[in-house]
Amino acid sequence: MKQGALWYSGNEAIALGAYEAGVKVASGYPGTPSTEVMENLSRYEGVYTEWAPNEKVGLEVALGASFAGVRAFATMKHVGLNVAADPLFTAAYTGVRGGLVILVADDPEMHSSQNEQDSRNYAFAAKLPMFEPSDPAEAKEFLKLAYQLSEEFDTPVMFRTTTRIAHVKGVIERGEVECSTVAPGIEKNPQKLVMLPGHARMRRVALEERMARLRAHVETLPCNRVEEGDRSRGFITSSVSYLYVKEAFPEAAVLKLGVCWPLPEQKIRAFAASVDELIVVEELDPFLEIHIKAMGIACRGKELVPNRGELNTAIVRAAIDPASTPELLPAPQLPMRPPNMCAGCPHRGIFYNLSKMKVFVSGDIGCYTLGALPPLAAMDSCVCMGAAVTVAHGMAKALGDAGRGKLVSVIGDSTFIHSGITGLINSVYNGSSSLLMILDNRITAMTGQQNNPASGYNIKGEAANAIDLEQLCRAVGVTDISVVNPHQIPEARQAMNEALERDGVSVIISRAPCVLLPEIKRQTVVPYVNCLENCTGCRACVGLGCPAISWQALTPEEAVARGYREKQKGYALINEVQCNGCGQCQTLCKFDAIVRKGE
Amino acid sequence: MPGTGNILFSGVGGQGILLASEITAYALLEAGYDAKKSEVHGMAQRGGSVTAQLRYGDRVYSPLIEPGRADLLVAFELMEAPRYLPFLHAGSRVIVNTQKILPPSVATGLTSYPEDVLAAVRACDIQVVEIDAFALAREAGEVKAANVVMVGALSHFLPVDAAACEAIINTRVPERFREVNLRAFAAGRAAGA
Ligand SMILES: Cc1ncc(C[n+]2csc(CCOP(=O)(O)OP(=O)(O)O)c2C)c(N)n1
Ligand code: SF4
Ligand code: SF4
Repeated sequence: MKQGALWYSGNEAIALGAYEAGVKVASGYPGTPSTEVMENLSRYEGVYTEWAPNEKVGLEVALGASFAGVRAFATMKHVGLNVAADPLFTAAYTGVRGGLVILVADDPEMHSSQNEQDSRNYAFAAKLPMFEPSDPAEAKEFLKLAYQLSEEFDTPVMFRTTTRIAHVKGVIERGEVECSTVAPGIEKNPQKLVMLPGHARMRRVALEERMARLRAHVETLPCNRVEEGDRSRGFITSSVSYLYVKEAFPEAAVLKLGVCWPLPEQKIRAFAASVDELIVVEELDPFLEIHIKAMGIACRGKELVPNRGELNTAIVRAAIDPASTPELLPAPQLPMRPPNMCAGCPHRGIFYNLSKMKVFVSGDIGCYTLGALPPLAAMDSCVCMGAAVTVAHGMAKALGDAGRGKLVSVIGDSTFIHSGITGLINSVYNGSSSLLMILDNRITAMTGQQNNPASGYNIKGEAANAIDLEQLCRAVGVTDISVVNPHQIPEARQAMNEALERDGVSVIISRAPCVLLPEIKRQTVVPYVNCLENCTGCRACVGLGCPAISWQALTPEEAVARGYREKQKGYALINEVQCNGCGQCQTLCKFDAIVRKGE
Repeated sequence: MPGTGNILFSGVGGQGILLASEITAYALLEAGYDAKKSEVHGMAQRGGSVTAQLRYGDRVYSPLIEPGRADLLVAFELMEAPRYLPFLHAGSRVIVNTQKILPPSVATGLTSYPEDVLAAVRACDIQVVEIDAFALAREAGEVKAANVVMVGALSHFLPVDAAACEAIINTRVPERFREVNLRAFAAGRAAGA
């Protein structure tokens, strides 16, 4: 590695790029694979960063900072852009003062997402330019270009990565720190910033003019470049797909697009005319292909290359030259290893109870979605953030009396604040009858333990206001509110059953910290251990699915040799190293076979 | 391309694959290679099967190893070796930690942990190096250093010498863990010889 070079992930590179671009205000909501951008940016001097309660808020904050004349940044994952779509489309009309870049990280293959979306369609729909880097080094470089373009053309600029850019490490180099070309300050310009219909109609025209200028400009950008090669087969590609094309067809001519919207039509026409056959290689939707075909240019794309999941070199090669499909060594049949909640996770206690109750569990997104997997298998729907509350309300209205006492919504603290609260307002206002469980583990855990407005700390770990969830629920009109300790399984169950017997909207807050919180990890764990002579093999604790508990099967002879009844099929064993001392298993054991170590 | 390599790390979320692949990557970078490494964060990290893919050479484009083209597999858990057979080829080498971590279906007694899982690997003309990384790490003084034990065993098959890896541990690992990690590395290196 060269002196001074850095080994950075795409997200680390983007954070450095934002710093070097002179970003002053950045707001975002966590979401894999975008999260580490804001986490890393928060460590640079002179950049204000924050976790917003959701992506719409984050984008509006960044837009405000841009109006005030500083460079601003908003970060989110692909589904977050759906939430932020409202300000996105109108920000295209207002334009900017300080440069504004909106980072959106797509997740082809759904490594950590509930759907697969191609955010390039938003650039087309909102009429905004979009950059697409291929690797960490380009990501940093392009981000700085994006800020220049934003100020030069008075437009928000979109910046799209995918998992294989965000979470790929590569070699990058530091660059110069730049600053905005505009001066910060209050500058009133209602015709441009107040989108009344009369103003908006004028901005609509300005938007088309801007797009026309951008179309001409992208023809000149060096990041839209032709790489010379064999012209019998030419490729147009962008993003990480470019890397796969370079490996699968190193000899071929390539038009690599660093800006995927608007497209450089002249460059594309010239390239198409210079090759015998034109193939478009892109992940997910046929975005480039559709727009190239709309130019009247013949090409092939999705008839060859899959339109779902990630690509890789082998997929690209085989799609285009099927004869190259390699014979692979067969994988033996093995038990799957799906993700599981941590040992001692507070969510487990609640899902254990739900698994024993005859209710429909309207779930939501977070670590607790793992409660849908066996052995608990206690979630019946999960669509998008906030939908736990609203789906249950819709079911309650559809079912009437038949749904009474049978509908439970489950939502995490971060998700509740993100978009559950509006659903709760609706449920109360419109006279719902259902139970809402807020799983308050003090943190946004799924994405790697980010602070949120209920955790009492800000992005830098400094003390901040902590929302009082009970007061909040009370303020929107919920009167039936209780708090349970999820580790006390029977007591929590009783509270849940009682709440379901009551009419109207009930809220139960399940409160216990995530075991991966730094302050919890620092505490010494007193694990639970087995009194094996008392174990009857009833499997009550095994049903929790805690990774620290395993079932040890016994033959009748082995059972007798251990002093058990001949019929006993096995016993449960706690792995002390893995146990996090939550005590849930003990509350389920009727035979005193589980005790706290040393007690 | 001479001097190109594909190393696949596999294991269970929480086993420290990221640190192991980082030490390896830095050693290769210091030796003058270009490299790219792909990781998966997020949901899969909660105790599920995880991988890190490291590629090095004169110039690396793709961050992903093509199926059938991994030269080295470093499996941090026994069953996580055969799971990635489709990534390997005859002549690949597997370094495997013989420790077993039970997946939920096994821990709850629905299925049992498969017997002799490495037979399927050996049958494909793949050399297997077995390492009891957990025991070696415990002897070195910290069970969590099992990942660095694995790097020690891996170091025999990298185009860099052991001192280069040790230098990375010296500069990249926080001081209070340095000694124990150097011991873990040495133990893995001895066991992998
Ligand atoms: C609109 C949207 N933004 C972001 C995400 C990514 N995401 C999934 S779950 C989650 C937060 C979960 O936090 P919380 O509700 O507190 O549950 P926990 O993981 O702590 O159990 C986030 C940010 C998403 N799926 N959708
Ligand atoms: S990270 Fe926290 S919330 Fe997520 S499974 Fe682990 S303990 Fe539960
Ligand atoms: S106390 Fe029981 S349920 Fe809790 S972490 Fe330990 S073994 Fe698992």
